Amino acid sequence: MSRTSDVLKANKATGGSLIGYFPLGFPSMRESIDAAVAMCESGVDVLELGIPYSDPVMDGLVIQQATELSLANGFKLKDTFEAVREVASRVQAPVLVMTYWNPVMQFGQERFAKELSEAGAAGAITPDLIPDEAAGWIKATDEHNLDRVFLATPTSSATRTEAACSSSKGFVYAVSTMGITGAREDLDQKAKQVVAAVRSQGPDSMTAVGIGVSTAKQVREINSYADGAIVGSAFVKAYQHGGIEELKAKVAELAKGKSK
Amino acid sequence: MAEKLADQVGPYFGEFGGRFVPESLIAALDELDATYQHARKDPAFIEQLAHLHKTYTGRPSIITEAPKFAASIGDIRVFLKREDLNHTGSHKINNVLGQALLAKRMGKKRIIAETGAGQHGVASATAAALLGLECVVYMGEVDTIRQALNVARMRLLGAEVVAVTTGSRTLKDAINEALRDWVANVETTHYLLGTVAGPHPFPTMVRDFHSVIGIESRQQMLDQVGSLPDVVAACVGGGSNAIGIFHAFLDDENVRLVGMEAAGDGVETLRHAATLSMGRPGVLHGAKSYLLQDEDGQTSESHSISAGLDYPGVGPEHAWLKDIGRTEYIPITDTEAMTALRLLAQTEGIIPAIETAHALAGIEKLMPSLRPGSKVLINLSGRGDKDMETAAKYFGFIS
Repeated sequence: MSRTSDVLKANKATGGSLIGYFPLGFPSMRESIDAAVAMCESGVDVLELGIPYSDPVMDGLVIQQATELSLANGFKLKDTFEAVREVASRVQAPVLVMTYWNPVMQFGQERFAKELSEAGAAGAITPDLIPDEAAGWIKATDEHNLDRVFLATPTSSATRTEAACSSSKGFVYAVSTMGITGAREDLDQKAKQVVAAVRSQGPDSMTAVGIGVSTAKQVREINSYADGAIVGSAFVKAYQHGGIEELKAKVAELAKGKSK
Repeated sequence: MAEKLADQVGPYFGEFGGRFVPESLIAALDELDATYQHARKDPAFIEQLAHLHKTYTGRPSIITEAPKFAASIGDIRVFLKREDLNHTGSHKINNVLGQALLAKRMGKKRIIAETGAGQHGVASATAAALLGLECVVYMGEVDTIRQALNVARMRLLGAEVVAVTTGSRTLKDAINEALRDWVANVETTHYLLGTVAGPHPFPTMVRDFHSVIGIESRQQMLDQVGSLPDVVAACVGGGSNAIGIFHAFLDDENVRLVGMEAAGDGVETLRHAATLSMGRPGVLHGAKSYLLQDEDGQTSESHSISAGLDYPGVGPEHAWLKDIGRTEYIPITDTEAMTALRLLAQTEGIIPAIETAHALAGIEKLMPSLRPGSKVLINLSGRGDKDMETAAKYFGFIS
């Protein structure tokens, strides 16, 4: 059972899903919680709350700067659970956290899974944890009934794509292009190939496409072949530029891509 | 577990090592591992690298006894493995030539590298010029200032130097930026990592390329001194020169192996880079190892007068060797290192890199545990030319 995959499945009939990322503690914890809630009210179907980390090698400049600010403003890992609890109580959308691995390792993966689950989170995305290193995490998330999302990329072999499918719960994160987070004008055609590989290796897996998605057109196109489009940097950028109002407008604009 | 310590290979060294990187890099790491596994057994590759070392690097490097330096410390004999005499001025060239040849084997025309002190960047730019590869070097903005001459050297050699302005703007952030570049350009680019850290196969492969240091010096001690050393010492940042000289001695039980870490202002302050002495296990830059970090797992900023040791992580094999008690690590402050740097210069006419000076400074600390007449082999990993401005300011020769 996965709340996240249930939502993605249910939305397929109406044009697909928009998965939205926002970093916790940016620019403050209060403002990030309100921003996340506003995103769900404006059309985000699945929420990703980013846990700031000192060495985010998968993130482009926009998210790096946001999470650096969050850390400089005093973000503490333990505040994550209270923030998740509040957001989850205020929205219908499943709430995932996105976290690099070392904070989880230091907190203790079992304890992290337990507290996340108790706070009402649906699961976690771990960009620098590959299934090969995840035996303990798979066990912990199973015990606490959490989704766990691994990545499939354009260079993943069939065997590795199969491992991403069989290890993930909720959905498989299809990396659209070889690169880090950040809005791009043209999405690599490779996204389609990755989704096709996921479909063939894991016929029962849900899969959403991320990295570089920033327009309603891209959201529509992705939802024509995948189960959801993931947007991060474009939302953070909107918030940086015009606060919560511009963020809401950007979400609403991209959510239009879900209509058939 | 391998029977001999020296036979241990990745991905894991005990509980350390592994691959904690985005899936986007796994195919490239697999390709690199396969290419390396094939090349290391290929006589043509072995001959090609050996020929370059003989005719370009200047190998074998000599060992020099340092009697006046030794006498100023106590009743011991000190031998210096002269990696400072290698082309480009440090041990870094050993690994760089090996990896650059592998890049060519993989058909990759572009290499990227991170650098702290600039020595690895200069060596990478040199190999790129020699072998006709495009080269981009990532360097923390702070380091581009304190090692400005090395930036000029890299540019003169035709490399592009990118000053990294995120995070602490030092080596750690240069590696982050190189990893981001690699994620985006992995199909055309080889990441020429400069130390024994990072995801598998880097810790094993980089160690193997540097193991020539220990293999040569072990034989040189036997041939020229008549016995193995009692102690082998080296400075440790990421740990490449140390593992290079330690490796051939790992199974010589009577040879004590000591790594000297940068204690900066002192390990009792927060301003140091003594990862093995003061850190705890965690994940950084793709491997599990010791790490300077806060309680949340956020990497701490390290501090050292030496840019090459200014790194909050360390290679996983060192973490393993420390935990099983085969190696020991001691912290050396900026002041102790600079004092030793001047002592070697004035007693032996050899100016070491500030990184290397940490190893020299550590010998005095070992004295209470050494028998009279003990033979100490120190890896003189680099020369001090690049550090002249820092040293001149430190000693008040210029303001």
